[in-house]
Amino acid sequence: MMRRLSMPAFLSVLLLAIACFASDARAIDIKRVVSPGGIEAWLVQDSKIPLLAIKFAFDGGVETDPAGKEGLANLASTLLDEGAGPYDSQEFQRRLADNSISISFTATVDGFYSGVETLVETQEEAFELARLALTEPRFDKEAVERMRSGVLAQIRREQGDPDFLARRALYETAFPDHPYGRRARGTAESVQSIKRDDLRAFVRQRFAKDNLTVAVTGDITPEQLGPVLDRIFGGLPEKAEVKPPADTVPKGAGETVLVPRPLPQTVVLMSQPGVKRNDPDWFPATIINYVLGGGSFSSRLMEEIREKRGLTYGVYSYLVPFQHAALVMAGGSTANQNAGTMVDLMKEEWRRMQEQGVTQEELDNAKTYLTGSFPLQFTSSEAVADVLLQVQRDGLGIDYLDRRSDLINAVTLEDVKRVAGRLLDPAALLTVVVGRPEGIEPTRTRDDVPS
Amino acid sequence: MAEPSRRLIAAPVLASLLLFGAWGPSLAQEPPRPAEPVPAAAPEPEARKGVFFPESFMLDNGMQVVVVTNQRVPVITHMVWYKVGAADEETGKGGIAHFLEHLMFKATDELKPGEFSRIVARNGGRDNAFTSWDYTAYFQNVAADRLELVMRMEADRMADLRLTDETVLPERDVVLEERRQRTENEPGDKLSELVQASLFVHHPYGTPIIGWANEIAGLTRDDANQFYHTWYAPNNAVLVVAGDVTVDQVRPLAEKYFGPIAPRPVPARVRVEEPPFAAERRVILRDAEVRQPSLRRLYHAPSYNRGETAHAYPLQVLSEIVGGGATSRLYRSLVVEQRLATSAGTGYSPDAFDTSVFGAYVSPNSGVDMDKLEAALVEQLEKVVRDGVTAEEVATAKTRLEREAIFARDSLRGPAMSFGVALATGRTVEDVEAWPERIASVTVEQVNEAARAVLGQANPVTGLLLPAPVREAAAQPERTGPAAGPSQSNSSGANNSGPNSSGMIR
Repeated sequence: MMRRLSMPAFLSVLLLAIACFASDARAIDIKRVVSPGGIEAWLVQDSKIPLLAIKFAFDGGVETDPAGKEGLANLASTLLDEGAGPYDSQEFQRRLADNSISISFTATVDGFYSGVETLVETQEEAFELARLALTEPRFDKEAVERMRSGVLAQIRREQGDPDFLARRALYETAFPDHPYGRRARGTAESVQSIKRDDLRAFVRQRFAKDNLTVAVTGDITPEQLGPVLDRIFGGLPEKAEVKPPADTVPKGAGETVLVPRPLPQTVVLMSQPGVKRNDPDWFPATIINYVLGGGSFSSRLMEEIREKRGLTYGVYSYLVPFQHAALVMAGGSTANQNAGTMVDLMKEEWRRMQEQGVTQEELDNAKTYLTGSFPLQFTSSEAVADVLLQVQRDGLGIDYLDRRSDLINAVTLEDVKRVAGRLLDPAALLTVVVGRPEGIEPTRTRDDVPS
Repeated sequence: MAEPSRRLIAAPVLASLLLFGAWGPSLAQEPPRPAEPVPAAAPEPEARKGVFFPESFMLDNGMQVVVVTNQRVPVITHMVWYKVGAADEETGKGGIAHFLEHLMFKATDELKPGEFSRIVARNGGRDNAFTSWDYTAYFQNVAADRLELVMRMEADRMADLRLTDETVLPERDVVLEERRQRTENEPGDKLSELVQASLFVHHPYGTPIIGWANEIAGLTRDDANQFYHTWYAPNNAVLVVAGDVTVDQVRPLAEKYFGPIAPRPVPARVRVEEPPFAAERRVILRDAEVRQPSLRRLYHAPSYNRGETAHAYPLQVLSEIVGGGATSRLYRSLVVEQRLATSAGTGYSPDAFDTSVFGAYVSPNSGVDMDKLEAALVEQLEKVVRDGVTAEEVATAKTRLEREAIFARDSLRGPAMSFGVALATGRTVEDVEAWPERIASVTVEQVNEAARAVLGQANPVTGLLLPAPVREAAAQPERTGPAAGPSQSNSSGANNSGPNSSGMIR
């Protein structure tokens, strides 16, 4: 769920939080388990509650959908639990429901994610259903048409969602010639064009052992987990046939795109090029973001725009580290008549940060928050597995949880100043406004309703 | 409370389902998985006796304290619940409960405006609050060794809030922006507000938690102070601490910080009775921004506390059978077999202080006539009333619900929410702990009786969200108050900074 193009903004902030661990996470003991068949997983064993969360992902998500078949990965994600092996859709769903097993699939921008949650008492059934979903999905005609209808309904629903319209306009402007500019769910037309053969090819080409990452939390030992990994994933082909897109740099610097809608409140979304997760400046950028707009009530954007002036319920910034591009983003919403004021204030904070960096007090506060809040992520089995999975996918190393606090604490005022100067540029901002904003001169207006 | 179905029920629909849910902040970290959750060093689930195994005690001033130990990580959630919400407001002061919730983050005698949250963040924690019709709650998620810090600050603002116009008035604008963001910009939420107002014509559950825009605009510092001094007393509050902490650690701190706050008389929560209406009602919202229509049908239903309370557990089983996910009756019939809908489900939460709501929700397949869809939905609901449910349906639904109690233990927030909601609405720790047993004892006949009593009523409210010609709506002036129709955010997470602030709860 983390990196999908169409994700609600808050998810990407979540991603940021997940990508940054904290010190007391040392209490978490991660074991690397390699199955007899050679499949690797990271495990946090926890036998306090008799349940199990398995999270896994394949590289290659929405961005590898073939041209004209946009929405393929997303449609596939709705269908893997709609019939597999000997079970038709209703039988598969009945087995999940009657055993309180949850299996989910999500196509995101850079990866295809899945989660399996089960009680220990029903785990055998869960493993078997997960295996069938991955290796023998049926794509029965009835299920395909039903899920296609569901996706088309979601696409229609989004057409009236101002947050979606803002994201669409922003990503299409920032990535006009790149898969990142496309919609995860596709368009009505592209979704209609997806055939069962496309879905079968999707599974064959994208799910393999060489692009798989696995994380497990719960009541299971390393010895027990090995055979389970082979059972679920052993039938997958060795190699995936995924061609990742090229790296790209976001476009649209200085543009202001207006999407006129008959709404009482204007939704504002801004972006400029950012830092990828493997950038050596990642943590200085993280601290800059926290102080600017990532720190909720402690951020400058919230202080200036909400607390002092009462102009908004929420204004925020966040980092979006895709695999092949990166953005720094900011957004919020305000009554139409205040839209121009809010955009100006946001740009002003951008400039102030670029020119002056942060104060010593802000730096210290950011550090204690970013290190101290990290363990708050670990309060459910699912959440622990999510973190383990993302740390693996980002290539941070199994000792990352132990190192993270030191990495954050090592950031200096000078680092922040240097990175703020390099990273932030108010002139490079791409701004999207949806509503009937006053006080804004758009460089471009889009009043098409997305198909 | 109703378990959110795991699939295919659109989020907005789902939100409106959980009418009395306290999951206000959309930023809730852990999904509101099970309803009646549970905890740590629990015995084997086979016992099915108890869920979270909390410890509970009462301070001398009448403040109740509940501790749920869960030692997964060195983290706690600290929550203070006040037994007051939007349904306790004076007529004409709608929204004051929620507005005060925002203002509780302003100054006290010890803290400057906004400092509460800044201190929590500086200590690596997150804080926020939410308001419902029946309660208002404040919470901090922090490392276990910061318990004393947050408790001291929470006790401080229970006793010594200091409001000034300089902080109150801009915050009122923030609430108006919150209303625009949550409700006025979202046709589905506008309809929810309208439907709620039509279902509760006289009872205050018909007034949106956040308030109507015109009344919010008139709220003052005096209103907030009066509400605060009337209701925010220790004997009207419940403290819940969950996580890596024991009752032996909590008790001395609670006695030290909350103990000295003097109790005082708090008004009885007198709520008017909703008179019986024989008429069926329809609410139709046409909006230019709607491209995917939807339909909902709501019925008055008993809660744990009001009406035929014996139906409260059977209704949870009924909701699971009729609308709980992809194997439910509604999904099978309307989505799979008849292909009329792309999603279908039901919602029921028994947690209200007063009467509750049972709702059914559908979203049409492309090109499907709404009348036809409605007829098919009604046919399914009538069939339940007429023919009843089967023994097998009841057995599998009960098994699923009971298993949810085990999943509920796998979180910090879930258990804390369960006790907070229960105690703030007049129920007991034992009620929460007995949930699996009570679900297990539900019979087929009880489910059928409950179905007849609720779905057999002649006065449901049907709400329709429909597209409108673009020009017509675009030409309408902006209106926000009741004139434009009620809108409603369920439980209003007051202080969260919009849908975007991620894990940044507050």
